[in-house]
Amino acid sequence: MVGLLHILAQETGGTEAAGSAPNWFMTHAYIIPLLLVASAALTLFFGKRTPGKGTVYGITALVIGLVIALGCLIGIAQGSGVATDGVHWFSIGGFSVDAGYYVDGLAATMLVVVTGVSLMVHLYAMGYMHGDKRYTWFYFVLSLFTAAMTVVVLAPNLFELLVGWEVMGICSYLLIGHWYEEHVNSSSAIKAFITTRIGDVPFMFGIFACIVLAGGTTSNIQAIGEAVGVSHDTVLVTAAALLLFGGTIGKSAQFPLHVWLPDAMAGPTPVSALIHAATMVAAGVYLVGRMFEVFVHADPAVLTIVGTIGAITMLGAAILAMVQDDIKRVLAYSTLSQLAYMVAGLSMGETGYSAAFFHLFTHAFFKGLLFLAAGSLIHAVHSNNMSDMGGLRSKMPITFITMLIGSLALAGFPLIGGFWSKDELLVTASTGHMWLFVMFLVTAIATAFYTGRMLFLTFYGPYRGHAEPHESPSVMTGPLVVLAIATVVAGFLGSPFTNYVFADWVHFGTPEVHSFHGAIAGIGSIAALAGLALGWLLYGPKRDREVDPLRRGLGSGVWGVLQHRYYIDDFYFGGIVRPVRDSVSAGVVWFNQNVLDGVVNGAAVAARSGSGAIMWVDRNLIDGAVNGAGTLMETFGKALRLVQSGKVQWYAVGLFAGVIALSLFIFR
Amino acid sequence: MIRLPLVLIFAALLFSAGVYGVLARRNAVMVLMAIELMLNAVNLNLIAFSASLKDVSGQIFALFVIAVAAAEVGIGLALVILLFRNRASINVDEVDLLKW
Repeated sequence: MVGLLHILAQETGGTEAAGSAPNWFMTHAYIIPLLLVASAALTLFFGKRTPGKGTVYGITALVIGLVIALGCLIGIAQGSGVATDGVHWFSIGGFSVDAGYYVDGLAATMLVVVTGVSLMVHLYAMGYMHGDKRYTWFYFVLSLFTAAMTVVVLAPNLFELLVGWEVMGICSYLLIGHWYEEHVNSSSAIKAFITTRIGDVPFMFGIFACIVLAGGTTSNIQAIGEAVGVSHDTVLVTAAALLLFGGTIGKSAQFPLHVWLPDAMAGPTPVSALIHAATMVAAGVYLVGRMFEVFVHADPAVLTIVGTIGAITMLGAAILAMVQDDIKRVLAYSTLSQLAYMVAGLSMGETGYSAAFFHLFTHAFFKGLLFLAAGSLIHAVHSNNMSDMGGLRSKMPITFITMLIGSLALAGFPLIGGFWSKDELLVTASTGHMWLFVMFLVTAIATAFYTGRMLFLTFYGPYRGHAEPHESPSVMTGPLVVLAIATVVAGFLGSPFTNYVFADWVHFGTPEVHSFHGAIAGIGSIAALAGLALGWLLYGPKRDREVDPLRRGLGSGVWGVLQHRYYIDDFYFGGIVRPVRDSVSAGVVWFNQNVLDGVVNGAAVAARSGSGAIMWVDRNLIDGAVNGAGTLMETFGKALRLVQSGKVQWYAVGLFAGVIALSLFIFR
Repeated sequence: MIRLPLVLIFAALLFSAGVYGVLARRNAVMVLMAIELMLNAVNLNLIAFSASLKDVSGQIFALFVIAVAAAEVGIGLALVILLFRNRASINVDEVDLLKW
């Protein structure tokens, strides 16, 4: 690896001339994934023998990584252009793939998110996972995951992206099933892996389509973008866009492949925070952003489809979040809904690009925060269910304050976190995408409502649990505080106070000109406050919680449908998984019974009849030959011994007869 | 001088008589005597050809045959005496132990 670093160090001269020259951090961004891979390897091989059981490697690598990521962001903020370079990786015929990096504003902000949240999760897990029997292994997978995510973020070509993409998938699988002793967890892990894999198949074909578009010689994202710009093959471009979006649907858990994410909550809570809220699920959205040239140049119907799927997921998931009892499931459905915000934002084309990624940016911090705070609650009451919580406000003050900030950011409470990103989305949607505008607003109300419900059920009213709740150790509350601050700061990066600096960093085409719309901000604030107020009305401290108020309001019919997640999971299981599984297993049984057993039995029968034949040959031919030889000798001997009478004169008769015969023969 | 064919015919007759004696007689002493007849028939042939061809090697051969025949009769009679002592018989038909 030292050699590779050396090569890379020599080749990092080449950069793209746009804006000022990239700074040192941007041209050395490849150090981040390399360091993280190294830390993962060190954790795996030496972790158990290291003081602290190996956490030190990942945390050190992430601190350095965060510094480099922030350095990259500073470079972008100073108006630097794109930094990209690579070394030759492999060639197949005329097709060649480089291993390298590509740092632009989008990648730099994503790097900050990934390394920042991952560092917080690494620290937090030292408390949360304390005493776990696979503690070191957990840190190994966590570091490997972070390395893979940075590979995805930095990938200059689709193959490198795919490598990181798939490693993330396997890490997600391993971490969801971290406590695989329980069957639910391992089947959730399998469900997540297979469901995302369904999306990966179209993604692969999308990559192939992109390579064809780029002339079959490269998978470089820039080259594909340029090729798409001049391509007249609209059908192929459209197909490529739709296929790539298939990967997004799987990874970012959009309808109809959203079913895996709520079940992924079976994993440890830090994992949910890092992978299933802040980073990995955002990779699908990131993919759309990276390949946005393809989406923009495809048939406009593609973006309409993207928007429709976003809208369906957005509201559908938000409604489901209202009826969950498991706090992590509330947050999981909330994640689905917020990811759909981003997808829908991207569907608005170039103008929604910056807003969508701003929402990704803020969401990563506040959703990571919310999950870690939820983990703190779970740690205290030993239950995931909100029906076992309540009244924890005074017992866990730090968790309460930080979770309050996260919740308000999620709900879109004025001036905090998500308010600014949702506002940008609303502003963008207000010009020409009225139906999305309405969807954003309705979902915002629903979001505020379930956020309020979650807050009031956990921190207000009487305590309903059984364990003795206590504030978490500082190694857990520390990250909460840091993320709470990050949430607030991140929000202001897209506010008029900083002159919408985020849009300068991350944009598609020419930077968008933003201005503050008081009316739209007001509407957004009213939606958030209305939702929170509704939550207070139904779940406020004075309410009776024996029966969920929403259940009484909706009636048990609707409630049942929602509890069954619109029966989508049941449909998948009953309509697809079980028939396929049953027919496959029936086929396997048949195959086993008839073909395999047939082969085995047939082999036995063949061997037996074969051995019978051999036995027959042995008994009759070989023994026959042996015995026959004996018998023949005996027969001849019996015949011949008659000659040997012992009577000398008969011998003499023979002798003379022989002489006479010879004489006749010679003198004939 | 006696003509050669007459001698040969005589020798052939003498040999045939010897063969008959060897094959047909039961008395071991008679068998030995028949063998002597055959040997003498051969001697007769050797001497006849020697005289006819003016070559003495035939006669020398005949002397050897007489010497060997004397030795043979000596051994043969000794065997017959031993046979008689053991079996009280010199019938060659009864001496058939050397068989299957």
